[in-house]
Amino acid sequence: MSAGPGSPPPHAAHITVRGLCKAFGAAAVYERFDIDIARGQVLSVFGPNGCGKSTLINLIAGLIPPDGGEILLGGKTLAATKIGYVFQNYREALFPWLTAWKNIEYPLKLMKLEPRERHERVERLVTRLGVQIDLARYPYELSGGQQQLVSILRALVVEPEVLFLDEPFSALDYEMTLFMREQLQRIFLETRTTTVLVSHDLEEAVYLADRVLLLTRRPARVADDVAMALARPRSDDTLSDADFVRIKGHCLEVFQREVRKE
Amino acid sequence: MKSDSIFLPVYGVVGLIALWYLAVWVRVVDPVLLPPPQDAFQALWKGMAGGRLAYDFWRTVERTAYAIAIAAALAIPLGIVLGANEKLYRTCEFVIDFFRSTPASAMFPLFLVIFGVGDTTKILVAAFGATLVVLFNVAYGVMNARKTRLLAAKVMGASRLRVLTDVMLLESLPQTFVGLRNGVSLALVIVVVAEMFIGSIDGLGHRVYESQQLFAMPEMYAAIFAAGALGYGLNLVFMLIEKRFVHWSGK
Repeated sequence: MSAGPGSPPPHAAHITVRGLCKAFGAAAVYERFDIDIARGQVLSVFGPNGCGKSTLINLIAGLIPPDGGEILLGGKTLAATKIGYVFQNYREALFPWLTAWKNIEYPLKLMKLEPRERHERVERLVTRLGVQIDLARYPYELSGGQQQLVSILRALVVEPEVLFLDEPFSALDYEMTLFMREQLQRIFLETRTTTVLVSHDLEEAVYLADRVLLLTRRPARVADDVAMALARPRSDDTLSDADFVRIKGHCLEVFQREVRKE
Repeated sequence: MKSDSIFLPVYGVVGLIALWYLAVWVRVVDPVLLPPPQDAFQALWKGMAGGRLAYDFWRTVERTAYAIAIAAALAIPLGIVLGANEKLYRTCEFVIDFFRSTPASAMFPLFLVIFGVGDTTKILVAAFGATLVVLFNVAYGVMNARKTRLLAAKVMGASRLRVLTDVMLLESLPQTFVGLRNGVSLALVIVVVAEMFIGSIDGLGHRVYESQQLFAMPEMYAAIFAAGALGYGLNLVFMLIEKRFVHWSGK
């Protein structure tokens, strides 16, 4: 399943995880876990509660240190890689003392770019994605969905090689979730960024993904690895498409099986 | 309904004055001890419009301002250092908490012995009390910075120092203002008490004490009201500054 050292670039894995180990106290979450994620792929991670979905992306993104194993991004280490990370809790992830615009601009400041270039890059991103929010406002003046969109823009503005999304829509209402799915899909199509998405909503996980990774209970192993090749852009019609329904049904079956295992 | 509620506090004030009139009228207490309100307000007006009271008022303002300035200058940097190093904070926590809980007025005789009967003692005792209050709040604010926000900065590539200056400092601001507000209230209390001590020649505390000694009751009430207005005003000033600079507080 892993791409060998001689593989041609288009098929090369962008993220390579080998022998990943992580335990919280006595509870092992990952024991020698392997996975490859292809460049430009959108991977959804789905599994039973507390199986370590978020832990997986936190380990890959370097937010928590692994106990063992190796994580390479495009052959480089994490430190040498530009990543974008979107937290579930947008209220606590954005900086309330900065306007939405300054929030988006902040990582460019950390990169020590000139003010003019910072401005141009934010402007370009906002135009390209057709964002219609008053970015001169402060985060607390925006709706939940708008705030999460701002955090997604903040993650994207550095043109990350990998984008991590940790249950990005779970704090939003359904109407907003549907809208944000479309925004995110547009971002995938526009940027082709390798993306790892953790979701607790199966429909969303399948709808947004090129590939759905189903995990078992702790210690997490791969229960199934499902390709989701339906053409983009996907729409509401996709939700009733025969292939979509079949794949989602299959994922649900695997999930139910894992949940019932003791 | 809404325009009514603006006037509600006015009713409270009018009610209090009415009660005062009533108390004077039915002679609940000796009229020498409780003069009619107009006498007290007249004394307040006369005293504040170029009289002796205005001078005492500003002396108290000056001392309180020095005390809170010293407290802020010491406690804010120290609080940030302590808050950013949890081990260091745990080491000092008991000592800080102990002296924060010690009534600062109990330190007077000690400060008097060390610094003499001048202004320095009054200001320093007040600064001592206020410093510990501000310190505790700043350290607490830094320590309780939202973890997600720190992680967000870290994942964007911020160094430890940048996380401190760009996130922790700003995260601690609302709590810092809580500390400053409590600190300035405490500083005022200590300054006024200190002004009643032997060797004082001015200040609101001195005015209240002297008026009482001279049985000049309207003047004493006037000085008490001036002190009340000062305490209320200082709190208001800090609230306005907070609203202006910490616009995200509580949101």
